[in-house]
Amino acid sequence: MNSPAFFDIISFGPDGWGHALTAGAWMTVLIALAGFAIGSFIGIFGAWAKISGGPVPRVIAEAYTTILRGIPDLLVIYLFYFGGSAVVTAVGQFFGAEGFVSFPGFVAGALAVSVTSGAQQTEVFRGAFRAVHPGELEAATACGMGRVLKFRRITAPLTLRHALPGLGNVWQVVLKESALVSVTGVVELLRQAQIGAGSTSLPFDFYFIAAMIYLAISTVSGAFLNASERWFSRGVRRG
Amino acid sequence: MDIAFASETLISLLSALPLTLELAVTAIALGSVLALALALARLSGMLVLDWFARAYVFVFRGTPLLVQIFLIYYGLSQFAAVRHSILWPVLREPYWCAVLALMLNTAAYASEIIRGGLLSVPHGQVEAARACGMPRLMIFRRIVMPLAIRQALPGYGNEMISMVKATSLASIITLMEITGVAARIISESYRVIEVFVVAGAIYLAINFLLTRLIAFVEYWLTPNQRQPMAIHGELKGEAH
Repeated sequence: MNSPAFFDIISFGPDGWGHALTAGAWMTVLIALAGFAIGSFIGIFGAWAKISGGPVPRVIAEAYTTILRGIPDLLVIYLFYFGGSAVVTAVGQFFGAEGFVSFPGFVAGALAVSVTSGAQQTEVFRGAFRAVHPGELEAATACGMGRVLKFRRITAPLTLRHALPGLGNVWQVVLKESALVSVTGVVELLRQAQIGAGSTSLPFDFYFIAAMIYLAISTVSGAFLNASERWFSRGVRRG
Repeated sequence: MDIAFASETLISLLSALPLTLELAVTAIALGSVLALALALARLSGMLVLDWFARAYVFVFRGTPLLVQIFLIYYGLSQFAAVRHSILWPVLREPYWCAVLALMLNTAAYASEIIRGGLLSVPHGQVEAARACGMPRLMIFRRIVMPLAIRQALPGYGNEMISMVKATSLASIITLMEITGVAARIISESYRVIEVFVVAGAIYLAINFLLTRLIAFVEYWLTPNQRQPMAIHGELKGEAH
């Protein structure tokens, strides 16, 4: 059994795992970004349904956030992965394909992450909208702004400003949650570390490196989020 | 939806419920002790302890729980020193590895919640206790801790709920708790929806009961914020 030294693993040479781990980290970021972006859409619609939707959208949104925040993310990933595969297999059989067709893990994982993060983002956007001072919205109406213009110029920027800290938290959660997508076989950072651990029998080294890369990604993105929070609330006086 | 299959699934999933609860309770109980120690280290004013606690919280909150579980379960066995130590019978068991990882993870989050609670204790209360001549430990036990717990409880409740959800990750290291059994049934029967609904309902029920329980404890701990009970027969004197 050849067991490379710690620094050989992270090197980019022929025996190193540098390229593989970088690709894995990139995949992790992609899953997290896709999940976060789709989750934002769900969150905006969910918040809209809760604030000004009729009774039916409101009940649906309430049920959605209650359920998704009460069950484990892993279960949701299994639902999308196995459920997606079942649907794809059924469609495949309809068109004459035989046997089991598996659903792409990346899509299943990104969808699962977006549905769970969408529930959190619904609450973030709802809370952020509540934090917008009603006087500012009234002032916009008084200036004669139409609904769309008021939303674009007043509501959206102010809500976003209040939502940024909460969105930052959701992003960190999404980033960590993306590690669960490894169960679907997508070669993201954790799965790549598992592969490396299996082929070199150095599990500690690989999982330690993976942990450090996760830490680096969350630190860098956290710093970026803090900076943008400062930038977007530069007009706000702090008590 | 097939009701017969769903009820069959419910019975097999309920047999896995004790393991889920055991994992959650053990991890939360052990984690709370470590969390208190970490919070006190942060507030101790000693630079070494402070920085250790900071680094701990940073690392455990910045990395996924699954990576921590893998590091403990697969990673530690890489070292011969661990395999030959007296701790090996414990670290060999997936159950204890899962408990250890969950506990270390929840301690990081909970320590920040407890720290917030401890910081929220008004200084006047501590000064009053000191003026009454209480020693430091008694002030902590009788004044600071009860007030801090009261303040930290809502946040701690959220952390407990996320711990219940996090026990599902133990299924990845072969523990057959609710999610583990659910995944097995799914891969055997390919009936995703039924299994998902039943397993989800069990988790929702656990978390609902937990929320009610925390709300009750909060009510019990804050008698000062309740409406005073109407006292009958007290106003006799004013009648005439």
